[in-house]
Amino acid sequence: MLREVEGSLYKLKYIRDEGRRIAIETIKEIGKPQTDPTARVDRFLEYFTITPQSLDPAGIVWKLEHILDVRDARFKDEVRLLAPAADETQANNLENTLEAAMALNYIYKVIRHYYLLGKKTLSLYIIMQIQMILPLVMREAEAYASALKAFAYGQPIGDGVGALVAAKLMHGHPIRKVPKDCVVAEVPFEGRTAYVIKAEGPGGNVGKPGDAIKTIIEENEGKIANIIMIDAALKLEGEEVGEVAEGVGAAIGGPGVDQFKIEETILKYRIPINAVIIKEDIGDAVSPMRKEIFEAADKAIERIRQVILERTKEGDKVIIAGVGNTIGIGQ
Amino acid sequence: MSRSKSNTSSAATRISSFVLIIIFITLALALAALILAIYLYNTEPTIAVYWLLLGFIGLALSTYVLFQTRQRILRLRIETPPITTTIECRKCGFKSIREFQRGDYVFKEVEPCQKCNEKMIITAIYREVREKGKKPPFPY
Repeated sequence: MLREVEGSLYKLKYIRDEGRRIAIETIKEIGKPQTDPTARVDRFLEYFTITPQSLDPAGIVWKLEHILDVRDARFKDEVRLLAPAADETQANNLENTLEAAMALNYIYKVIRHYYLLGKKTLSLYIIMQIQMILPLVMREAEAYASALKAFAYGQPIGDGVGALVAAKLMHGHPIRKVPKDCVVAEVPFEGRTAYVIKAEGPGGNVGKPGDAIKTIIEENEGKIANIIMIDAALKLEGEEVGEVAEGVGAAIGGPGVDQFKIEETILKYRIPINAVIIKEDIGDAVSPMRKEIFEAADKAIERIRQVILERTKEGDKVIIAGVGNTIGIGQ
Repeated sequence: MSRSKSNTSSAATRISSFVLIIIFITLALALAALILAIYLYNTEPTIAVYWLLLGFIGLALSTYVLFQTRQRILRLRIETPPITTTIECRKCGFKSIREFQRGDYVFKEVEPCQKCNEKMIITAIYREVREKGKKPPFPY
């Protein structure tokens, strides 16, 4: 058992080192820094975020949002210092690359911690616990390793399928920016007006779809007939990659701030919300987009068409929000 | 992005020279034992059998260690499948597929069409996964 954990730890160390190497090489190549960025990257890999205290949970969402905003701003500043020559798209991609390297560093350290703790205390149970979850941990680490390359090269990832659906719908129509880091296009769709929202691409960015949806609803004084959210969702084993499913609710992952904001706004104006999801596993979600997922975007558009025809009347206004990381996807 | 570049080897993915030397010394000694066994076969058949056995054991051991070391390195490598970019002309429908290049993104305007000189756009970027020996879907 100890040997097995040791072998996986060795592989995790290799993946972590590769991640660090790719991040440094990409920064040197794109950012053209004056000095060697290695020390700064090493410092970046150790960054942490302390979540707000939840003993009194009232108002915790806004506290969490503030902490996440501070973290985001700090990351952006750090990337600017690391890679002064990078443009906005490249800076966003670099930020994502560093975040993937950070995740790999964290996974390696946690596994190493339990391995050493198990050896130090001679506790079979500590080793057993880590050995039991090791296959899942390794899968996640390998997914992050391929994500790293996708982010470094600016390739679309599986998680971006929601953004791809929105991009396909809004392509060729005038777009405008909406808070925060999102774009919206007014698209005539089956006799209805669709406000298609996605994060601004093609740099690695998820935007704040919660704020964008709230802005559009308030601009229209709540007169929105339906909201349809499209996102990638984790599939269960046995399900096919790229399977499209439909349901109700706010289809959005992340820490929950955006989901909370969307739910608050739709409750205020009593707007129905539908969700279309494209199924994929964790490895597919963060690695370069698979052909099956890419093709599922068209199936999702057909499903959206059905929902709109069945749930709204001609002349209605609807919001279609494509959620996910828009890396490698323009508009 | 070339496949070879993405698989850049690091210290962990190279076989250590010390291990290689040990393997090759064992291999050489095993071969020497086999040759000796052939020479001794007519004069000292019993000793020849021992040398033959020793030679085969050495040969098997060194091949096994070499194979295992290679397997370990192969397991460590992070495979990056090729990513393809599809470029289409919206006017005449001309389509071309090439390897992904840094800076490509979906809906990016690229070089003019070879047929009608209209600007072409990138319509798809994806990777194709060929699953080796994929079993038929679970029947339940």
